[in-house]
Amino acid sequence: MENTIIEIVEFSFSINSRAILKDISLSIKEGEYISIVGPNGAGKTTLLKCLDRIHKGGNGDIRIAGKPLDKYSQKELAQKLSYVPQADGRISPFTVYEFVMMGRYPHLSPFSSPGKRDEDAVHDALDITGISEFSERLLPTLSGGERQKVFIAAALAQGAKVLLLDEPTTFLDPKHQADVHRLLERANRERGFTVLSVTHDINNAILTSRRILALKDGAVVFCGPADKFMNNEILYKIYEKSFLFVKHPQTGKAITVPEVP
Amino acid sequence: MMNTGSRHNRLIPMALLFVLAIIVFSCAPIVGMNTIPLSAVLHPASGGMESNIFWKIRIPRVCISFLAGAGLAVSGMAFQAMFRNPLATPFTLGVASGASLGAAIYVRLGLVFSVLGISGISIASFAGAILSILLVYGLTRARRGFSTATMLLAGVAISFFFSSVILFTQYMSDFSQSFRILRWLMGGLEVVGFESVLNMAPFVISGSAIIIYMTYELNLLMTGEEIAISRGVSVWRTKKILFFATSLMVGGVVSICGPIGFVGMMVPHICRLLIGADHRYLTPATLLFGGAFLTLCDMLARTLIAPAEIPVGIITALLGGPFFIWLLLGKTSSKRGII
Repeated sequence: MENTIIEIVEFSFSINSRAILKDISLSIKEGEYISIVGPNGAGKTTLLKCLDRIHKGGNGDIRIAGKPLDKYSQKELAQKLSYVPQADGRISPFTVYEFVMMGRYPHLSPFSSPGKRDEDAVHDALDITGISEFSERLLPTLSGGERQKVFIAAALAQGAKVLLLDEPTTFLDPKHQADVHRLLERANRERGFTVLSVTHDINNAILTSRRILALKDGAVVFCGPADKFMNNEILYKIYEKSFLFVKHPQTGKAITVPEVP
Repeated sequence: MMNTGSRHNRLIPMALLFVLAIIVFSCAPIVGMNTIPLSAVLHPASGGMESNIFWKIRIPRVCISFLAGAGLAVSGMAFQAMFRNPLATPFTLGVASGASLGAAIYVRLGLVFSVLGISGISIASFAGAILSILLVYGLTRARRGFSTATMLLAGVAISFFFSSVILFTQYMSDFSQSFRILRWLMGGLEVVGFESVLNMAPFVISGSAIIIYMTYELNLLMTGEEIAISRGVSVWRTKKILFFATSLMVGGVVSICGPIGFVGMMVPHICRLLIGADHRYLTPATLLFGGAFLTLCDMLARTLIAPAEIPVGIITALLGGPFFIWLLLGKTSSKRGII
């Protein structure tokens, strides 16, 4: 499990000649769980989109499993990386099963119906995410939390070993947040998925991931083990705000709490 | 096993649509100003008037309406998936206006040519359709990004612009050309003989074949561009192919029948309610129902005020207006996430 799956070397990316990412270098090993944090507009989402070639181009070098990103066809890339976008509120009228089955696209050819392998992958993904019981419901009838699980299930069914997630828990209630974190952790630990998750929830980043990547204004300001992240010297550089810390009652890790005026 | 339920649910409406298409296809040629007796149908070579009406007028007309309905409906379906918007149709995007303009210019210039047996007016329409799609797409790209709202606005703008150019073309034409353009703009399916059928069929059949080949991609485009890309769809390439296929169909249909509105909006909606959104099933359903629907409308057009005929475009628009309002107010569609 020590192979490098993603290697980014001095990667820069701009939109309309405005630099969004500046000289990013990062190496990610198979099976890692990395949280990407940083203020709004820091380039977190852009980084994920560049990895998945939703944004094309940019300067520098990105390699996935040793092969340069631009040498991949989109279908080949889809067998390596899957992406769960931020909820955009526009939901198409597919059933859960149909939607998760669409994750199998990189394994299908135009006239072939999904086969046994595809069905197994879908059932497996429905099981891990705990949504088997509503597999026949239509996406628009689901709550935001249920829908997020469906999106993650589709990404899992895709059979790519790297999961890119853009704020997977931002609009969810506490129970669904916990559900999603638990299932991502399970996918990471038990199934060996590499997880890259963009989040604004610093506490959860600390508790779930071993490594934290912090971006600000398109550049890396911190990249290292989670326990080195929680101090005001670093956090102030990122958020221009200081935080109060307490010890987490179960793990003893430092977490932040809101200040009272 | 978990999905047998939905497969089962699809089977019944699918079978019903199939039966409907067959019934419509076999009844439509018999119904009309004069009902055709069976003997005339069975002896096409007898040369009697009724036999002539049946074989040289009614049958080609039913073929044309079936092809046109299927082509317009499936183009609408493809646009709705690509733009993730139920209001995206060949008309709202200006594609039909482009095709109409191509045909109007062809008529105005008094051109007569054909390429490989395909009539010039169809080629002019196809060129107009492609042109308007490229314009819509170019306009939205110039504004960066692929926002659906921009695309629809661009479509409406281009549609208005082309319509005024058509009016201008018509104004500059002599009386007979002007009448020909006006009558054709109302949408009609009057054809004699199989020439038009043979002209339209290659456009609609090849276009639909491409769409059938792209059903997985249509599904993914409908869930959103980013998801489609991350699942492995080459979105820009796919869109180019789909633009080409829909232009073929809209151009082929509009050049012969004129811009018949609302079919591309109503039919895919109804089919989505019946079959669900999965394009592997939705596409054949839309083709069948689109064909049957326009043939039925044409039957009404031929019989309502017989012996006179109403242009079929008026019938579809009369049905389409209220349908549009029903869509806006209806609860079912918003629940199913269609709007």
